[in-house]
Amino acid sequence: MNRMGRLIALVVAAATCAGLMGAMAQTQDESEREIERYRAMINDPMANPGYLAVDRGEVLWAQARGTKAVSLEACDLGEGPGKLEGAYAKLPRYFADADRVMDLEQRLLWCMEKIQGLDTADVIRRRFSGPGRASDMEDLVAFIANKSNGTPIQPQNAHPREREMTAMGEALFYRRAGVLDFSCATCHAEPGKRIRLQGLPDFSTPGKQAQETMGSWPTYRVSQSALRTMQHRLWDCFRQQRWPEPAYASDGLTALQMFLNVQAAGGEITVPSIKR
Amino acid sequence: MVSFSSKLIRTLLVCGIALTVTSVDAQDRPPVDPAKVDALIDGMFTRVSPEWRARAVLDDTQRTCTDRRNQVSGAEAEAIQARERASVVLPPDGNFLGDWRKGFQVANNGRGFQFSDPAGTVAGGNCYACHQMSPKEVSFGTLGPSLAGYGRERNYDPELIRDAYIKIFNAQAAVACSNMPRFGSSKVLTIEQIKDVLAYLFDRQSPVNQP
Repeated sequence: MNRMGRLIALVVAAATCAGLMGAMAQTQDESEREIERYRAMINDPMANPGYLAVDRGEVLWAQARGTKAVSLEACDLGEGPGKLEGAYAKLPRYFADADRVMDLEQRLLWCMEKIQGLDTADVIRRRFSGPGRASDMEDLVAFIANKSNGTPIQPQNAHPREREMTAMGEALFYRRAGVLDFSCATCHAEPGKRIRLQGLPDFSTPGKQAQETMGSWPTYRVSQSALRTMQHRLWDCFRQQRWPEPAYASDGLTALQMFLNVQAAGGEITVPSIKR
Repeated sequence: MVSFSSKLIRTLLVCGIALTVTSVDAQDRPPVDPAKVDALIDGMFTRVSPEWRARAVLDDTQRTCTDRRNQVSGAEAEAIQARERASVVLPPDGNFLGDWRKGFQVANNGRGFQFSDPAGTVAGGNCYACHQMSPKEVSFGTLGPSLAGYGRERNYDPELIRDAYIKIFNAQAAVACSNMPRFGSSKVLTIEQIKDVLAYLFDRQSPVNQP
């Protein structure tokens, strides 16, 4: 349950007590309208702190680091060395040099190690930012993903490994496990459902809900005062599913992103977005 | 251990606490090698404790529901329900109703069994995440049906109290591949906690049964 939802619920409940509202259904509509109003209120790019992460990422991208003292500018994210425009819209994808399907974060780690000679242990330790702890990965992803704004999500399927990863991601989406028997599909396979007051996007069918979700990550999370990437979103989903903690940048998370991007194909990327 | 009457099935259907099972359209994607999927998933959890890794290993019921995406055949459903019924433990003292105030705490508590939870965290049932219960609470989920007025609408029938206990203890004893957790059998909730939740549903004083 999110804090904002609770706050709104309290406000609505108080209003109900004051006799300002009548029927239950009306109260519910009012809650949802309030949440929508809040979303619209925070959705202002000029006031989105996620753009600070974009700026930090731009500096990191061009900074010489590692034993080879070079920048990441020679890193090939799939569109050619150093070419960033539209690259995020086609990730995850197969990279022949690594012989793996990689998402952006896996690819950046690979480039840091191979091109910069950077020990990524510290980068991985700071994979998620916190108070007094900046995350290079969050900043770099914000910068690079932002270079795909206005571009449609293009799931890759030319290589057999890409097709295989997508199919495995779909299998993972429907896999029931953990003490509560939850799969991703438990919460995300029907339209119009909620947990408490939080609306749940339906990823079981391709279309608008998947497009809007996948096209809006990375995002600035107001409740966490941090920019978060899809790696963090999925990590948090596994936590709420009561599954074990998934390893950062592990292939299962990449497979899931492949599947989700297939459901989101054609969705326009507008990032970093801002969410509660 | 528990003998099931057709009444239970009827009750669950009529009362609507049977959870809907998600239907899935057949997707047009190449078949995958199940061993490869298992290896991919194992690879996500190489750094967690053996106890945590075990939670990612599917039991027979999870395996069937996963393979069939919850759309099981009649024979598969019977096999699942028979197996899950066998794990249901009824209250030793024969009393199904605890304290509705404590039941509210259980229904409202979403903590427990998350990898972020500190050791010793008391787990809740988190019923409100998916169900409406007290009509006064506006923050409720809709993955499951509304349980507002649950006991009142059933005339506080002792047999239906027992059926609801079994449903909460192990939802799949009633409906194979239900989306609802098997709270008692998976040891997420204790018998006492389930009795308290039952009181929240069935006590005449409970907010669930107030207008």
